Amino acid sequence: MDYLLTEEQKSIKELCRQIAEEKVLPVRAHLDETGEFPWDLMKLFAKADLCGLYIPSEYGGFGGGTFEFCISVEEISRVCGGVGVTFAASALGTVPILIFGSEEQKKKYLPPIASGEKLAAFGLTEANAGSDASGIETTAKKEGDHYVLNGTKQWITNGGEAETYTVIAMTDKSKGARGASAFILEKGMPGFTFGKKENKMGIRCSATRELVFQDCKVPAKNMLGREGMGFIVAMKTLDKTRPGIGAQAVGIAQGALDEALKYSRERVQFGKSISSIQAVQHMLANMATKIEASRALVYAVARAIDAGSTDFTKEAAMCKLIASDTAMEVTTDAVQIFGGYGYMKEYPVEKMMRDAKITQIYEGTNQIQRNQIALGLIKETAKKK
Amino acid sequence: MGIRVILDKCTGCTLCVKSCPFAAIKMEDAGPAQEGKRPKKKAVIDLNTCTLCGACLPSCKFNAIEITHEKREIAGKENFKGVWVFAEQREGKVQSVAYELLTEGKKLAQDLKTELCAVLCGDQLIEEEVVHLFAYGADKVYLAVHDELKHYHTAPYTRAIAEMINKFKPEIMLIGATTLGRDLAARLAIRVGAGLTADCTGLAIDPVKKILLQTRPAFGGNIMATIQTPNHRPQMATVRPKVFRKSQIPNPKSKQGNLIKFSPVINAADLSVKLLEIIKDESVKVNLAEAEIIVSGGRGLGEAKNFKLIEELAGILGGAVGASRATVDAGWISAHHQVGQTGKTVSPKLYIACGISGKIQHLAGMQSSEIIVAINKDPDAPIFKVATYGIVADLFDVVPALTKKIKELRG
Amino acid sequence: MDIIVCIKQVPDTTEVRINPETNTLVREGVPSIINPFDENAVEEALKLKEKHGGKVTVITMGPPQASEALKLCIAMGVDDVFLVSDRAFAGSDTWATSYTLSQAIKKIGSFDLIICGKQAIDGDTAQVGPGIAEWLGIPQVTFASKTEVIDKKIKVERMLEEVNEVVECPLPAVITVVKQINEPRLPSLKGIMKAKKAVVKVLSAADINADLANTGLKGSPTSVVKIFTPPPKGGGEILAGDTSEIVEKLTSKLRERKLA
Repeated sequence: MDYLLTEEQKSIKELCRQIAEEKVLPVRAHLDETGEFPWDLMKLFAKADLCGLYIPSEYGGFGGGTFEFCISVEEISRVCGGVGVTFAASALGTVPILIFGSEEQKKKYLPPIASGEKLAAFGLTEANAGSDASGIETTAKKEGDHYVLNGTKQWITNGGEAETYTVIAMTDKSKGARGASAFILEKGMPGFTFGKKENKMGIRCSATRELVFQDCKVPAKNMLGREGMGFIVAMKTLDKTRPGIGAQAVGIAQGALDEALKYSRERVQFGKSISSIQAVQHMLANMATKIEASRALVYAVARAIDAGSTDFTKEAAMCKLIASDTAMEVTTDAVQIFGGYGYMKEYPVEKMMRDAKITQIYEGTNQIQRNQIALGLIKETAKKK
Repeated sequence: MGIRVILDKCTGCTLCVKSCPFAAIKMEDAGPAQEGKRPKKKAVIDLNTCTLCGACLPSCKFNAIEITHEKREIAGKENFKGVWVFAEQREGKVQSVAYELLTEGKKLAQDLKTELCAVLCGDQLIEEEVVHLFAYGADKVYLAVHDELKHYHTAPYTRAIAEMINKFKPEIMLIGATTLGRDLAARLAIRVGAGLTADCTGLAIDPVKKILLQTRPAFGGNIMATIQTPNHRPQMATVRPKVFRKSQIPNPKSKQGNLIKFSPVINAADLSVKLLEIIKDESVKVNLAEAEIIVSGGRGLGEAKNFKLIEELAGILGGAVGASRATVDAGWISAHHQVGQTGKTVSPKLYIACGISGKIQHLAGMQSSEIIVAINKDPDAPIFKVATYGIVADLFDVVPALTKKIKELRG
Repeated sequence: MDIIVCIKQVPDTTEVRINPETNTLVREGVPSIINPFDENAVEEALKLKEKHGGKVTVITMGPPQASEALKLCIAMGVDDVFLVSDRAFAGSDTWATSYTLSQAIKKIGSFDLIICGKQAIDGDTAQVGPGIAEWLGIPQVTFASKTEVIDKKIKVERMLEEVNEVVECPLPAVITVVKQINEPRLPSLKGIMKAKKAVVKVLSAADINADLANTGLKGSPTSVVKIFTPPPKGGGEILAGDTSEIVEKLTSKLRERKLA
């Protein structure tokens, strides 16, 4: 369907597709097998001016918005979800600085991210605080003009590879939800180390590591916003980046559908190609419809955000929910259409199915998304009364 | 000057549309519809796309396409006589392609009832090679001797040969399309005002016009073009090694000929390019372009060390090792072995493709081989479309077995 | 250093197909691309500019649609482009093409180096690069697989059949490059935006002071007599059986022809 992209958006889409097909496609199976971090590809994205799509031009970025970001993530994820999330997660660590950063902080941290020289990461989740983010135990104690961080973050995407980290830590446990603050950390700060790289089911080239803080001294000027704003920073960030994960899921699903469609036309059983069998046709139709609906919602939310909407939490949750559930369904069906071949590593769809699963879990599990949506609905109804 | 469709003659048959290699002809409505009939469509040529190649003219049975051009008549072209062959030498040895061209050149010279001459450049020691040139049919050898001609450089060779051409006026000059030959011919042609056709696969003399008809591939080998140089002299053509076969039994004693020595004037400006070093590729044991037998490995080999199987088979057959682009890009073997559009073009007697799928770019480099044997697990691999003998099997079974069998048979 | 790169827009010959009924070339839907060797030429120029400073100008002789190829070069990051185009250039062979390009180069002015791709994948002649060098009266180095500029000289490694040759050549000069020299960069987004807005300057025959006796069909020493498609190579036979049977059959066929 034609979403009436502007010339610039079309150029972004075509360029991402070209890089994905020419450079990512030949190596995706190898990256999945070895789990090695796609540094060469990140450098290519940097050279192509794609790392700063959503960063304002005064900081060296392209000056685009969430929509441009979503297009790029979708095209890359269509070829490899792991490379797609590596690219997208950098935005997760950057958006807090964009929204809440001081001019000084923006000037320092945004340009190297926009140029692709450095990657970013976002540290919220802990072993005991996943869906229940308020249960984080990492502490940040004020000592003069520093804060001292102690604790461990878990399952942080780009952990260990990124240079810039936005970390949420408790500055005042007594204040509960208002007791957390956000900090910008740099790789190499004394007391800041990393755990081993996790061995994952999917998006295997993406680096997932623990962030370990042992008396890590962070300058007070690295705090984002004011003390106590930590969870607001987190929530506002996740709201804004949710469409990006939705786009990743749409991309993975589209890639799987493309492969399944191609295969169904080539595979001959019972004297004809399986694409002429109604059972398969219905599967393909369902897959395509769900993908288009997910895409339309992701794009609508992204455009609303870029148009200045301030109230999109519910819709952002919806687009992430539907896109990720679609990705899981579509990739599973794709493996089914491939039959026995779909189960074999020589064919690309089993990887896509493994990649898709995480989209239903991270950035807020789909159960949490449903909570958000329901709360949003109830709030709206309550207002009307 | 230009091309036009004579609308009165055009019947709208569309034969010209299909004949145009550049899709420059389209059918468009010509005039209002007659009563009860559909409006007639006639051929229209897009002048922006048309390259005036003339392919459409013979296709029109109604002579409705006309190309008008005023060609310059070069005065004195009838004064150019003789078929010359450039005798490429490397490290003091005349290369096989020169003998191949002398063999073919002999036929052309006989058709034209004129002399066959060889042109040889080198230092004093090169004179030892002259006897071979006579043995392969040269009536005359023009020998340019100068220390600076020992090793090929563009400027001194162009200088020396241009002088000879301007003085002795050959009507045809053939040069082997090696890296050396292509470097030289392109420069020389402009220097002497000649027309040059590259990579010819066929040469003939037009019986009426008595000029050289040069046939060569274009569009990556997908089409063939026959080219002529009607007015400019000499008519120059480069020919790839192994396109023509050299005559089987040259007798060094049977032929004598005329040796004309020549001392070219080479000035300092011609010596501006200096040779610093030559880097030999240890993996190249047999020159691919000259090889009669080539065994080639592709992505199906899986990894670099499996090229050993290819080397063993090539070794036992006395052939060269070739490679697909995929293997070179992967770093499994050096680029000197690459066969294909961006590698080397070869036409050996026997080409054995192991684990090569046969992409168009690869076929462009080897499809004119006499016998092609393809070994590939995938029955749909495009290589089977050009293979003389196709083997749908695992190369890891067939290649070692083949090597073993041949070893046995040789005893 | 100021570098001029000559490129050609060609049909993607890997996409070209033969219509099995008429045995002619099917050109509809065949995309036009920058000649792959010319992409390497542009990349080498950009690399040299990154190292030594200066300017990269790209020119092409072709019909109006060749400006698309020039725009791709802008997207790669070159500084300036010119389309050398005129009805008078139609039907040019390599003599006329190299003459026309050399006139355009003279018009553009001073340069330190001219880079061309080894050959175009439609014509496959490899003659234009050396032709330009001769028209301009400067040295040429062909089949370059590595370059290094030191002072006013260029050190070039040339890929010959079996060996590589390293030569040193004074500038200005013409070099032609092979694919192995580099990996052409992808366009950048900023480059693409710039290319979209760009208006390509056109140089006509009059602009470059072309002597019409040397341009186009009239100025071409060679001309096409006919074009035909080669007879399709007949499919051969498939040798079937188990490994030993196949090997048996093949070796006997090769022995018959005295090849094994």
